[in-house]
Amino acid sequence: MQQLEPLIARCRDLVEDLDLANVKAWKAAHPRGIAIGYLPIYAPREIVHAAGGLPVGVVGAGEELEIVRGDACFQSYICHLPRSVIELALTGRLDVLEGMIFPSTCDVIRNLSGIWKLSFPGKWTHYLDLPQNFEPEMGGVFYRRILHEMYAELCAMTGLAPDTECLRASVRLFNENRRLVGDLYAARAAEPWKFGAKDSYLVLRAGLVLPVEEHTTVLREYIQLCKARDVRPLDNARIALRGAFCEQPPLALIQTLERAGCYVVEDDFLPMLRWPSADVSEQGDPLDALVTSWLATPCEAASRFVKDGSEKGCTLVDSTREAKAEGVIFATPSFCDPALLDRPMLQAALQRSGIAFTSFKYAENTGQMQPIREQAGTFADSIKLWGEA
Amino acid sequence: MKPTIAKEPSMLRQKDMVAGHYHKLGTAQERGQKVAYTFVPGNLTELMLSFDLLPVYPEINALQNAMRKLSGDYIAEAERAGHSEDVCTYVKCDIGMMLKGNTGPTGEKMPPPDVLLLSYTGCFTFMKWFELLREKYRCPTAMLHVPYMPDGVITKESRDYVVKQLKDVIIPALEKSSGKKYDEERLREMLKLSAKAEDDLVTVLESAKHRPSPIDSYFGGVYYIGPLFTAFRGTQDAVDYYRELREEVEGRMARGEGPITPEGQVSDERFRLVVEGPPNWTHFREFWKMFHDEGAVVFASTYTKVGGLYDRGFRHDPDRPLESLAEYCLGCYTNLGLPRRVELISEYVRDYQADGFVINSVKSCDSFSSGQLVMLREIEKRTGLAGAFIETDLVDPRYFSPANVRTRLESYFQMLAQKREGALAR
Repeated sequence: MQQLEPLIARCRDLVEDLDLANVKAWKAAHPRGIAIGYLPIYAPREIVHAAGGLPVGVVGAGEELEIVRGDACFQSYICHLPRSVIELALTGRLDVLEGMIFPSTCDVIRNLSGIWKLSFPGKWTHYLDLPQNFEPEMGGVFYRRILHEMYAELCAMTGLAPDTECLRASVRLFNENRRLVGDLYAARAAEPWKFGAKDSYLVLRAGLVLPVEEHTTVLREYIQLCKARDVRPLDNARIALRGAFCEQPPLALIQTLERAGCYVVEDDFLPMLRWPSADVSEQGDPLDALVTSWLATPCEAASRFVKDGSEKGCTLVDSTREAKAEGVIFATPSFCDPALLDRPMLQAALQRSGIAFTSFKYAENTGQMQPIREQAGTFADSIKLWGEA
Repeated sequence: MKPTIAKEPSMLRQKDMVAGHYHKLGTAQERGQKVAYTFVPGNLTELMLSFDLLPVYPEINALQNAMRKLSGDYIAEAERAGHSEDVCTYVKCDIGMMLKGNTGPTGEKMPPPDVLLLSYTGCFTFMKWFELLREKYRCPTAMLHVPYMPDGVITKESRDYVVKQLKDVIIPALEKSSGKKYDEERLREMLKLSAKAEDDLVTVLESAKHRPSPIDSYFGGVYYIGPLFTAFRGTQDAVDYYRELREEVEGRMARGEGPITPEGQVSDERFRLVVEGPPNWTHFREFWKMFHDEGAVVFASTYTKVGGLYDRGFRHDPDRPLESLAEYCLGCYTNLGLPRRVELISEYVRDYQADGFVINSVKSCDSFSSGQLVMLREIEKRTGLAGAFIETDLVDPRYFSPANVRTRLESYFQMLAQKREGALAR
């Protein structure tokens, strides 16, 4: 087993490597393999894996990359993520990817799929229209056809024949990985002083570029190493963080929250690693199982329609309580329509439940942390004061 | 003295129709008529009307409020209530109107919805918008997921998916809200009327190929599409309106007259343009005048296709009622992938022999705006024409900077004139 610091350092290297060296290395070791990028917030990675591919999460370039050409593609009132994604592509950093999946997260990612088609006509570009109808005979039929076609197209690229057993094996691997991701969240909520929000984030985010088998090992080791740590708890406020499911905050922002006296015990970073929220069935037809899990998953997300009869925000309230968070911080990327349009409804749900919240906006390349530190610190202090009252 | 605004007779007719509709809405509750809120792109107006449901289009309320200079206050009200300054101003204008008592643009109180018919076509924000309204009105929402067409081609599978939802979700929801049974014969009759009106609209839009063009297909175009994109499709009123409009336009064409603008008739057609993107509504007349002053006439626009690409052959079909409603939803402009949008604009530039094209990028609408800078370069590449790019907003008066917009347009028109003179000199 590795030691904690080198493990985290390795994850950080993976996260900060915009040239995707490990993806290149994987391809060198798998000459018939393909690397397929996917944007937030969800893609069925099992399909890519079963077709002999490496699914690679593309969530922007953070603060590491100067945006030059990306700004020429998007107006100032569009969020930052697409401009850094296009910058990565136009500077050749995504050449290693044979294709890209654009999930139906919002209009910006949807239109980015069109930009991709216009700009990289030789690349496999797939717009993944996740169903908003959750009935098996409607949304289910529609989604299964999409998955079936996607699997066939990816297999055609690798030369593998679509194979049920192979797909089931992939489902098994990703189930295991998601269970460990769940374990990490649970362990952090139980003893946040041992894990740390930034380090946990790095370990999770490494899963966007690592093969699933390897990431599962990393998660297992990380959880064990952290649990064994001898760290004294601080009198921090336990907070849940919401709004950062697509464009990711800079690492400095997560660190700032910790330094401001917050233990992040729940968040919505990287939902692609946590969805579906329950195991995909390992029995029967795996495509059917993937469809069923997506339709039935209780995950509440800004880009997923909340049916009549379900109270908007109840998942947030439940997960906040389950993680024993004392308040919620809405950290939302500027110009993120899904998160910002959702926010008033989520805040209303928190208000009804008597849960405190605060909110601010960021961009993936935000550099000025002082105002965030002050706001988060004040929020943490007020939670502590209310708690004592 | 108040300046006289030139108006066509069909405009006056439409004004009466719209006022009549708002009056019906204002009295719906006392008359016991049920109301459905829905959106313009991919609207199912005939289906709603076949249940005697009175449609409300929140984005139409928003733009009507903007034209009446009411939207700024409504947006401020919504922002005070916690809505972000970054998001769609149509939504905030609507929420603000609701928070301030829900008085509609004509001064009559808007009825609450009996059902929110969420035809989720071409715009992510629609989904959030009706989730927000559902929180306030606590009424049922009927969700129709209309798949996006990234390649611009309607697939059988997508159509089947929409038809199945119409049958199993939407129609039962409308039956429940209206208390009436689905009547397919009635729907067919309405679709027959729709197709008639659609034929006349296409004749009107294509009259712009004539020189001089008798119409402006962007600023004037928003009036021409009004009844067909909203509450009147499938009615005899719409058929009568479009017949009158067609005759009016044909008359102008026969007389060699240019389009009517609020400033008067365009008599010197200097620039033929295609425009992409919705107009600004808060300064609509001022914006139009900037084109009029330069003799710039718009021959084709994409905004007039958000409610259907009739000029590309689509018609509602009484013989395939639900299938054609599904195809209508799937084929609306903003539901088409960027490559198809680029192709369409390039076709317009060629078919209408345009001198140039303008993209009006609105802050509020990611569905339209995201990717427009890439589209600009691609269209320039394909057509060999330089395009202009201006930025405004839909209904937020804070984002219309007249000096900036005018300067950009004037520079663009100067460039077109110089190019033309250069070509003549050669």
